Amino acid sequence: MGFKGRDVIAITDFTPEELLHLFNVAKTMEKYCRSRLELLKDKILALAFFEPSTRTMFSFQTAMHRLGGSVIWFSSSEATSIAKGENLADTIRMLSSYADAIVIRHRFEGAAAFAAEIADVPVINAGDGSQHHPTQAMIDLYTIWRERGRIEGLNVGVLGDLRYGRAAASFIYAISMFKPKKLYLISPELLKVRSEVRDYLESKGVDYTETTRLDEVIDELDVLYVTRVQKERFPDPAEYEKVKGSYRVDLKVLSKAKEDLMILHPLPRVDEIALEVDNTRYAYYFKQASYGVPVRMALLALVMGGIE
Amino acid sequence: MSETSRELIVSKIRNGTVIDHIPAGTALQVLNILGITGREGYRVALVMNVESSKLGRKDIVKVENRELKPEEVNKIALIAPTATINIIRDYRVVRKVKVKLQDVIEGIIKCPNPNCISNLPREPIKPKFRVVSRNPIKLKCVYCGRYITGDDIARQLH
Repeated sequence: MGFKGRDVIAITDFTPEELLHLFNVAKTMEKYCRSRLELLKDKILALAFFEPSTRTMFSFQTAMHRLGGSVIWFSSSEATSIAKGENLADTIRMLSSYADAIVIRHRFEGAAAFAAEIADVPVINAGDGSQHHPTQAMIDLYTIWRERGRIEGLNVGVLGDLRYGRAAASFIYAISMFKPKKLYLISPELLKVRSEVRDYLESKGVDYTETTRLDEVIDELDVLYVTRVQKERFPDPAEYEKVKGSYRVDLKVLSKAKEDLMILHPLPRVDEIALEVDNTRYAYYFKQASYGVPVRMALLALVMGGIE
Repeated sequence: MSETSRELIVSKIRNGTVIDHIPAGTALQVLNILGITGREGYRVALVMNVESSKLGRKDIVKVENRELKPEEVNKIALIAPTATINIIRDYRVVRKVKVKLQDVIEGIIKCPNPNCISNLPREPIKPKFRVVSRNPIKLKCVYCGRYITGDDIARQLH
């Protein structure tokens, strides 16, 4: 099982066995989330965030510090030479010569794959465009594995922006690798999954159904993954206006839910989960966010050669 | 009716390449993909919409004094999957092959996704696609994963 030196571009680059190995390492890392290991002492991680981020960037920084390594970073292109017109390739080449691994977030799809072609060090995709956010998908699966004890054989609903939301697309790819009993893709018509995703589900033999109504399937679900509408990725603002606020998870719709339903959300949320849900037994999204650090610690330690 | 059976529209070439069985009406696109502009100096003959027993109608391109390399010619499989390539030496066909679409297509067509990194003008990047299906033709962008189908390809190459 070789993580060392590998690029992390899409969740589908990994096998279920590799992901379970990562999760076992992450579980160990939970013990060290408040202390400091020396696993990546003398290593430097570059964070190249061409797009804004809170959770992802801070959790990568925290993870690297907890592993004993250092971080160099920028979190928007304004304060860098990119504002002077430097292209992505030159920026990556430079970071590759300074750091031992690069984490990249970029607005353009395929930016991480391109950066990996340029860089001599591993590149980790922290979200590019609307399709891939593999480390988020690792955290999502880890939350289910950790809290439920298994990932396979569950009825899983994915609600929201399945067209432009990279966390949703990555989660669909990820959960499909673990043979869900049934997958429910719940979204407004305009935000249905792309044909590329549908082809993937068919190639994996996943039993899935597409619907616009959460209330009609809520009683079936073991896991409900909710995402916000990605305002910033809509090509046409008028289309965004049509679908914003078109779905909402509240106590009323949850009255029919299974006792042990888990609600996940990659955050940030806008108004797709009512605040009243936060204090129910269904709400796992803050726990999920807290797992960002141990999972990223595990990934960095494995990729940067701190552990096997 | 084959071109050789009655009268030839264009005379035979002595040395060079004949691309036969091109779908009718696409010969200009074929030249375009091959980068042949007519200003190279060698003789080029273009025959369009002639009868073909296999295709009903077809186009033919003859390029004199230039033997096209297989990797060059395979690019035309994107729009002319039925085409055959004949290498001619001293008026005789010395090699005859069908075009074959490569597994990876690089640099001929652009990704239709405006948000794909391969469309950024100032990056040292060439669009690259993997073949998902050959008939009907469907390609997938190596970078962003978006599909491109035969219609989009033909539109780009017009």
